[in-house]
Amino acid sequence: MSPTDDGVHPQGSDAAGGDPLAPKAAPDDSVLLTARGIRKSFGDNEVLRSIDLEVRRGEVVVLIGPSGSGKTTVLRSLNGLETPDGGTITFAGGPALDFSGAIPKSGRFALRDRSAMVFQQHNLFPHMTVLQNVVEGPVRVQRVPKAQALAEASALLERVGLAEKRDAYPFELSGGQQQRVGIVRALALKPDLLLFDEPTSALDPELVGEVLSVIKELADEGWTMVVVTHELGFARQAADEVLFMDGGVVVERGAPGDIFTKPTEERTRRFLDRILRPLD
Amino acid sequence: MASGWQLFLESFWPIVWGGLSGTIPLALASFAIGLVIALAVALARISKNRVLSGIGRFYVSVIRGTPLLVQLFVIFYGLPAVGIVIDPWPSAIAAFSLNVGGYAAEIIRAAILSVPKGQWEAGYTIGMSHATALRRIILPQAARVSVPPLSNTFISLVKDTSLASLILVTELFRVAQEIAAFTQDFMLLYLEAALIYWLFCLVLSSGQNVLERRLDRYVAH
Repeated sequence: MSPTDDGVHPQGSDAAGGDPLAPKAAPDDSVLLTARGIRKSFGDNEVLRSIDLEVRRGEVVVLIGPSGSGKTTVLRSLNGLETPDGGTITFAGGPALDFSGAIPKSGRFALRDRSAMVFQQHNLFPHMTVLQNVVEGPVRVQRVPKAQALAEASALLERVGLAEKRDAYPFELSGGQQQRVGIVRALALKPDLLLFDEPTSALDPELVGEVLSVIKELADEGWTMVVVTHELGFARQAADEVLFMDGGVVVERGAPGDIFTKPTEERTRRFLDRILRPLD
Repeated sequence: MASGWQLFLESFWPIVWGGLSGTIPLALASFAIGLVIALAVALARISKNRVLSGIGRFYVSVIRGTPLLVQLFVIFYGLPAVGIVIDPWPSAIAAFSLNVGGYAAEIIRAAILSVPKGQWEAGYTIGMSHATALRRIILPQAARVSVPPLSNTFISLVKDTSLASLILVTELFRVAQEIAAFTQDFMLLYLEAALIYWLFCLVLSSGQNVLERRLDRYVAH
């Protein structure tokens, strides 16, 4: 029994025989996640000033913006790695977590039950093999029977082309391979929502493509995800909605076609210009 | 002095046996208990709870700021004055464990803090509690970092157990002392004791190398 088994997903955690990369529920356009008025300060530094975010099932939401704009903090708040000072986060079928009061530990765990995170620095466990990294969450936390977890992990590794690396330690892999394992580790938890925190920023340029194509493939298969990235090409091709953040607020949001070709805000235009035409 | 060589040979095994039956079990038991104390103190020191971290800091300060010999004498010769009488062996184990606990706590604390924060976060995001992340993710990595300094602590402890001879524990050095007192051949027997301590430590150092190689299998060389 998966901790995410809340009756919303008829398929539950039973992926036996199914496509290991397929998301739990087919996209049906209903709202999966709602965040309202998320605020966060670090000391005197107000990094988030009332962020609203809505993610529908099967949707790919991409957060772009300059460094320090708060996009990573938004993502980390969704996973309970940061505790906002105010605002609410609600997953479909779950209670609204109101951060203006004290959040019980169970609230934080509830967020983590629904989402899984892929880090910029992969954060694989160096003392475990690839396979051990992937099954650690399912076996130790979700109490999936070990044989089942191993079979599912092997199938996932196969899909991202890393079947023969299952017994390798993370240090024996390339950066791109490490990040693909990081993605598989997140997938193995069968989350409702995948969170990517600049998944290619730490990679050598020639390794970026292999990671982005895995993420794009997941998007095409209907996984719901929120992606923080500087890869505007990826945002353009994979996003359903793009949010441009600056100074702790969402300056502009819309379909990638609109944001990238006819941004309405001056700040968005300047940001895009800086990235797309750095020498001008 | 009929034959120094013959005395050396005749006393060699009794002294080695003193080491095997006294020094080594004393060191092993004290080290094992000391590590448990050290882990508790290290976690207390890292804790956000001010009282706990204060207690941890106080403990380390007292242990490191007072001589081991004095700690040993307080337990064995001092406590009977307040009605607590402890036999030589338990007294020695108590003193050495408490002492190792203070020194190893700092090693373990530093090792835990050396594990990158992202490792905690990765544990949390796959749903682990703080305690599970500590046990499954952090401590195994901290163990690798702390083996060389903890081996130092252990080897120091093996030699420090000679102090137990002063509270009537029969161990390597006490056996040598007793033979020396009988034969009056102090130079020979104390050098012999030194040699045997050294041999013990050589064996223990090679054990450290084996352990380090085993724990290093997951890092790039």
